[in-house]
Amino acid sequence: MAVDEQLKIEMGKQGVFVTTLQELYNWGRRSSIWPMNFGLACCAIEMIATTMARYDLARFGAEVFRPSPRQADMMIISGTVTKKMAPQVVRLYNQMAEPRYVIAMGACAISGGPFKQGYNVLKGIDRYIPVDVHIPGCPPRPEALLEAFMTLQKKIDAQPLTGEARPRHLDEQAPGEFPVPEQGAHDLEPPANKSVWTVPVVIR
Amino acid sequence: MKTVEEIKAAIEAAVPSASVEIVQNPAPSAQHSLLLKAETAVAVAKFLRDDAELALDFLSNVTGVDWPDKEITEKVKVTKMVTKTVEGTEQQVEETVEETRKRVEPGYLEVVYHLYSMTKKHGPVVFRMRTGNRADDVKLPSMTPVWRSAEYQEREVFDLYGVEFVGHPDLRRILMWEGFKDHPMRRDYVEPDDFEYEPTAHDEVLKRAQAHQAAAAAAAEGQKGAAQ
Repeated sequence: MAVDEQLKIEMGKQGVFVTTLQELYNWGRRSSIWPMNFGLACCAIEMIATTMARYDLARFGAEVFRPSPRQADMMIISGTVTKKMAPQVVRLYNQMAEPRYVIAMGACAISGGPFKQGYNVLKGIDRYIPVDVHIPGCPPRPEALLEAFMTLQKKIDAQPLTGEARPRHLDEQAPGEFPVPEQGAHDLEPPANKSVWTVPVVIR
Repeated sequence: MKTVEEIKAAIEAAVPSASVEIVQNPAPSAQHSLLLKAETAVAVAKFLRDDAELALDFLSNVTGVDWPDKEITEKVKVTKMVTKTVEGTEQQVEETVEETRKRVEPGYLEVVYHLYSMTKKHGPVVFRMRTGNRADDVKLPSMTPVWRSAEYQEREVFDLYGVEFVGHPDLRRILMWEGFKDHPMRRDYVEPDDFEYEPTAHDEVLKRAQAHQAAAAAAAEGQKGAAQ
């Protein structure tokens, strides 16, 4: 149940603060998203710049980079995901505790980018794990990464705690672990996780 | 620095069993190279490194080249005995006919090494080795015991071209994973077809996406036919 905004402001003037459990819960979730200390390619340099003083990711509560997936809330796929690396990325994602989020940063992470024709590059990490925010760019500027953070925070804010649209960690039926692709004789097996990624319909 | 011809003469003087060919480079750089036999290559390499005048102590680059089987079509003039009816009587006549013949020149894998000298400050000296074919006779001697810097580059050539280096201390794939069967830099390598989703395809990607869609449509047709 949402509180009327005007009423909230009026009561605030009187020194009474009201909120809902959902707002409080989501505020807590979105204000301390700790990213995993993990970079894949040149996008990682932009990610590092984002955390430093000029762009100051700390303003969003996401300055604590954790070197262990167990302590991290968010994975920034910062760079090219090669087919040799993809199983390890999925495994790291599996090791993270819920609630967890994924930002696919840059052209390579979202689609393969300039290496699309290559035999060795995965065409987007969203083929194996659910991605919350995609950022285009090669590499995206730190501002774009901040924008992705804010998009993710808005997404978290808008999530109800019950019902169909509830986040995955409150859904008992939602999968907790995603199958790690095998490195086969010619390609990754399977080439995509069908439950996460289906071939989008291209309207021409 | 010595010219390639002089180096060839020096090699053949030092390693008598070595037979060295010169591969001409017609480009303006005229960087001619030495083609070594696999059996004597290590001895020649040691000579190139240890010779006081050459002192090629630095291996800068190892490259693989794939030369696929080449089908050559050529026109040959053949003289035949032909039975012909000339002025009412049958005669044996010699006739020259032009025939097109096809022959297959077998391909091979080639490894190219670029050498420099740090002490003498000269180079590069380029030498090559060729395998017998592209399938089962792909062994070449490793240069890692002579120049340590060959180790990773030879592993890369092994990974991407499939040349087996005899005498290499740690010959494993370096870029692709263990269990990968193909050699991606070979000309006849078939890439995995994952062009099912190409929203903004152009150029080469567009061609492959169209090929994928055609194949998928054909497969769907085949399934329909099987169901009926």
